[in-house]
Amino acid sequence: MSVTTATPTPDKAPRVETPLQRFISEFAESKLALGALIVFLCIVLIALFAPLIAPQNPYDLAQLDIMDGRLEPGSRNGDDTMTFWLGTDDQGRDMLSGIMYGLRISLMVGAGSAIVAAVVGASLGMLAAYAGGKTDTVIMRLVDLQLSFPTILSALMILAFLGKGIMNVVIALIVVEWAYYARTVRGTALVERRREYIEAAQCLALPTRRIIFRHLLPNCMPPLIVVATIQIARAIALEATLSFLGLGVPITEPSLGLLIANGYEYMLSGKYWISFYPGIALLVTIVSINLVGDHLRDVLNPRLKK
Amino acid sequence: MSVYLLRRLIQAALVMLAMSVIVFIGVYAIGDPVEILISPDADQAERARAIAALGLDKPLWEQYLSFLGNALRGDLGRSFVFNEPALKLIGQRAPATLELAFAAMILAILIGLPLGLYAGLRPDGFGAKAIMAGSILGFSLPTFWVGLMLIMVFAVQLGWLPSTGRGETVDILGLRWSFLTADGLAHMAMPALNLALFKISLVIRLTRAGVRETMLMDFVKFARAKGLAPSRIIGVHVFKNILIPVVTVTGLELGSTIAFSVVTESVFAWPGMGKLIIDSINVLDRPVIVAYLMSIVLMFIVINLVVDLLYSVLDPRVRLESK
Repeated sequence: MSVTTATPTPDKAPRVETPLQRFISEFAESKLALGALIVFLCIVLIALFAPLIAPQNPYDLAQLDIMDGRLEPGSRNGDDTMTFWLGTDDQGRDMLSGIMYGLRISLMVGAGSAIVAAVVGASLGMLAAYAGGKTDTVIMRLVDLQLSFPTILSALMILAFLGKGIMNVVIALIVVEWAYYARTVRGTALVERRREYIEAAQCLALPTRRIIFRHLLPNCMPPLIVVATIQIARAIALEATLSFLGLGVPITEPSLGLLIANGYEYMLSGKYWISFYPGIALLVTIVSINLVGDHLRDVLNPRLKK
Repeated sequence: MSVYLLRRLIQAALVMLAMSVIVFIGVYAIGDPVEILISPDADQAERARAIAALGLDKPLWEQYLSFLGNALRGDLGRSFVFNEPALKLIGQRAPATLELAFAAMILAILIGLPLGLYAGLRPDGFGAKAIMAGSILGFSLPTFWVGLMLIMVFAVQLGWLPSTGRGETVDILGLRWSFLTADGLAHMAMPALNLALFKISLVIRLTRAGVRETMLMDFVKFARAKGLAPSRIIGVHVFKNILIPVVTVTGLELGSTIAFSVVTESVFAWPGMGKLIIDSINVLDRPVIVAYLMSIVLMFIVINLVVDLLYSVLDPRVRLESK
């Protein structure tokens, strides 16, 4: 437990730590996780403000010059007005700007699908736990079925049906992910619903909807948050994989995965930077989210409490 | 037992039926097959004749029944691109995928077991921490990017290994295999390692957890008290006990390895089923898409069924619970 360093003055009551404060101080105990969180926040900021800070708008064809194509990192453009710190791709597009804009799409798809999947999965998991009986059986059978197929296969199947496009990738990711949330929430909710506070709420004859959303759900949040963090990283990786395979985002809105795919053919001739740097950006994003998620699991797990 | 077996068989058949409906609706009803099957130059009468010949004017349920009937006879249509039966194409490509998946599983055990054993025996050492950090990377790195980096380092920079393709093959029982030639093995090294990466991390974690648990057991203490050499305690007594979960899980992972080979095959241009399905999706070769999805779904249902049955044999609680 953390110790308050300030000596309490006798006329003042000792400061009571709110759960949030305790959570923050416990999270900050791991320097690695804290560092990863800072890195991740920087990535989010870069993605949010890409149009303001990117040296070039990679989609504005007027700004591109095909003569600048496939330049090495650090070279200057034809008019000697800007430096391509990470080189250019075959269209003469600045890779640094391309990566910043690609991050926007990767994060948007990853976070968007994770949030919708969390809402759908958590609602179904909660319903299964609270209703029990037939409802529970049907929902959990679906979860088992979904989880028995590898993620890539389900996603592949959906994209084979629906075709390319950002929306279709998001749908595929939601279908792949919801079952993880449903299983986690149901497990927690089954334990929580036998607690006294739920009984008390039922004795007060509160409406079921209120009990589920105002009483049960907040107490199922910690594991849900952990799963969501890990699933965002997985969604970003899966989206990149699908885009690399040419099944994901369209060529006009390249995510990191598609940028990597574009550089693939040039890598064999030694022009590594077109694939390499988007890959590094993807890697840093995924690893930083995973490190944060890993530590969140330790902090939020009551069984590991000292 | 036989009641349980029958129940599980019926369940598996129902799941397969449900999947066939999903695949049929997904592939044949969401898209417009007329667009793809009939040449755009055809006039109105030709179009009508072709639609009637393909049975596309019938109600959807009737189309599905004829699709199901053909599927049961092993006929899932002909590929538009190769003009061969789709199932035959899948069968031709299967050996490449299977040999890659098996090579990856073997690598996962050969690399993962010793590393996991080491990390479990000296959990606080620097080596163990490095191994565990490496296994986190193995879990979180996207496979395709690692594959690209392997190509960059070993094929482009160092020039040690061929970058893509399958290399020389040998015919056995009418199928082509590349693991019997030196050239084939050189081609297989990078894709197999790439595909194995995730499983190596998994085996490391399983082995480490198993070793740490087993080392505290009474029989290990007893063996020590008896004065057995540490190498014998670890090599025989501990090893036997950790092998059970490791082998079970790696066996279970075979299916997902085959599914994930889609990515590795695309990176290394390995001519297996995975490469075929990606190419087919890109050119909308529907019969091949259907054939791939149906056969891989069937494979998963069979694997799940076998695992469930094995568990029920090993653990009577499973059988009793489902009564």
